[in-house]
Amino acid sequence: MSSIHQHEQQWIEGQPTFGGLTDQVSALVENKTPRGWYIALAVSSSLTVVLLALIGYLVTRGIGVWGNNIPVAWAWDIVNFVFWIGIGHAGTLISAILFLLRQQWRTSINRFAEAMTIFAVICALIFPSIHVGRIWFIYWLFPLPNQMSMWPNFRSPLLWDVFAVSTYFTVSLLFWYVGLVPDLATMRDRARTRLKKITLGILALGWRGGNRQWQHYEMAYLLLAGLSTPLVLSVHSVVSTDFATSVIPGWHTTIFPPYFVAGAIFSGFAMVTTLAIIVRQVFSLQNIITVRHLENMCKIMLVTGLMVGYAYGVEFFIAWYSGNIYERFTFLNRAFGPYAWAYWIMISCNVLVPQLFWFKKLRTSIPVMFIAALLINVGMWFERFVIIVSSLSRDFLPGAWGYYKPSWVDVGIFAGSFGLFFTLFLLFIRFLPIIAMSEVKGILPQAHAAVDPSAGEHHTRRS
Amino acid sequence: MTDLNHTEGILARYAGPTELLTAARRVAEAGYRKFDCHSPFPIHGMDEAMRLKRSPLGFMVGIAAFAGAGLAILLQGWASAIDYPLIISGKPFFSYQAFMPVTFGLAVLLGAFTAVFGMLALNRLPRFNHAVFHSERFSQVTRDAFFISIESSDLLFDMEKTPALLRETGALEVELLSEPPQD
Repeated sequence: MSSIHQHEQQWIEGQPTFGGLTDQVSALVENKTPRGWYIALAVSSSLTVVLLALIGYLVTRGIGVWGNNIPVAWAWDIVNFVFWIGIGHAGTLISAILFLLRQQWRTSINRFAEAMTIFAVICALIFPSIHVGRIWFIYWLFPLPNQMSMWPNFRSPLLWDVFAVSTYFTVSLLFWYVGLVPDLATMRDRARTRLKKITLGILALGWRGGNRQWQHYEMAYLLLAGLSTPLVLSVHSVVSTDFATSVIPGWHTTIFPPYFVAGAIFSGFAMVTTLAIIVRQVFSLQNIITVRHLENMCKIMLVTGLMVGYAYGVEFFIAWYSGNIYERFTFLNRAFGPYAWAYWIMISCNVLVPQLFWFKKLRTSIPVMFIAALLINVGMWFERFVIIVSSLSRDFLPGAWGYYKPSWVDVGIFAGSFGLFFTLFLLFIRFLPIIAMSEVKGILPQAHAAVDPSAGEHHTRRS
Repeated sequence: MTDLNHTEGILARYAGPTELLTAARRVAEAGYRKFDCHSPFPIHGMDEAMRLKRSPLGFMVGIAAFAGAGLAILLQGWASAIDYPLIISGKPFFSYQAFMPVTFGLAVLLGAFTAVFGMLALNRLPRFNHAVFHSERFSQVTRDAFFISIESSDLLFDMEKTPALLRETGALEVELLSEPPQD
């Protein structure tokens, strides 16, 4: 390990001290609440109220208030579900996979990326839950003994989804909380008022920062990263089996699991980049979230964008190569049929836009990457729309074809889910440290004890 | 002056990670067992310096993950093949291939719970009272301070020799830890 440390790059600019870094990050929570925060919260919480009101309307009136029809029985609700759950994936990739790969730059962005994951999964979980229609029977999804002596069908991908997504949410929450404990202890030790001392004291669990604690703590963190890595790859794979195990043309393909996972990471990094740019600008965190951090994220978007583009190409090729007329029709219909506009939005945003990131000048330009990330978010929403709606609206018999248009309730609930997401995110940045202080301190150059040759080989430690 | 009966331990502050690591090695060599090295972040090589055994958490999580997988197979097999057998698209009742996603999910879930709650149990957390919290200075540990604490229940603890050892190893400040007087 020591040889790696000699060559490692410095990710934090301005050579802050441990104390200076603590002050900088803690000040964001301890300072007087800026007026802009209240304005943003007013907007986002109003949208959340819209979400709750429209869910109430949906539950009392029924699924008919949506634009869903036969044949398009899955529409915006499932599009939004896949969209939000995909966004969550970047947070887990940053917290788990980049940790296992010892990518030190993750420490500047992992805290709010993990928060983003949790809030995105909350938004995602709303949609299938309200889509079941009779939401008061939603407990039927779980294997609970009941008076009907019935069990859920474990051979159905829809049930796998229930387990995959709820496990994902739980594990992400645990991971996030474990990461927060040392920073909550920092907040506790800085707290002035009695209320804060008690609240933060309880949340920090009495953390003492002793190495006997760090030892188990780091092992737990490593194990959680090891468990989350296959989990995050499996969640979107399982989501994709909701489609791939059916016989609908355009869905029934083996490419779906890796294609969905790549798309999820792609869209998630677009969202992390969007949030990171806003957060570093608003809170002057340019020394912690540097342009190099953002550039790395752009590179990941470029790679995953190429994978997604490749998947689009392969799908077309297999549709032709399979000789299946329905498959072939579906893909021609996607590109040239009634939903061609959505298809070409998807191609432009997901395949063309990330090509900008080949150029160093463009992937280090904040305005360019901000707009590109927003466009990728749009494109990835349209990808799910194209997959779901275009396949269902024209499947086998022309007599059974239809056309789908969203209703105002669809639009309102989707907008409302953004309100919920940003409300949670605003509360997070106001009350919790948005940078993982203990982790960033650990990658500062002065954090490494001078290597003593008599001490022998050191264990690799968390970075 | 505080006497041994009221002293719960001793706290020494060090300048930085390197000093803490060197001192930790000396304290461990001197034979102390009930001591800890407090730092704002984990320090490379500290486990060896303190002569700590490897954390058993990995084994605990491994066992929990296998238990989760086993439970998931039992649950799905019993529900689908014994208690409520239904023919669904001609698949066998015990379709172990189709049971894998849920099996994997429950293995990860139990593993993750064990990782977190096992870590807390091994660390004896939550614990809100501890000798080190008697020190005013100790609140700096989550900011930029480095400490060694030795509990008075350690067999080697001595009111003369222990502070002397800590000073010798480069402690900047040495402080006895005792319950603050009640007002």
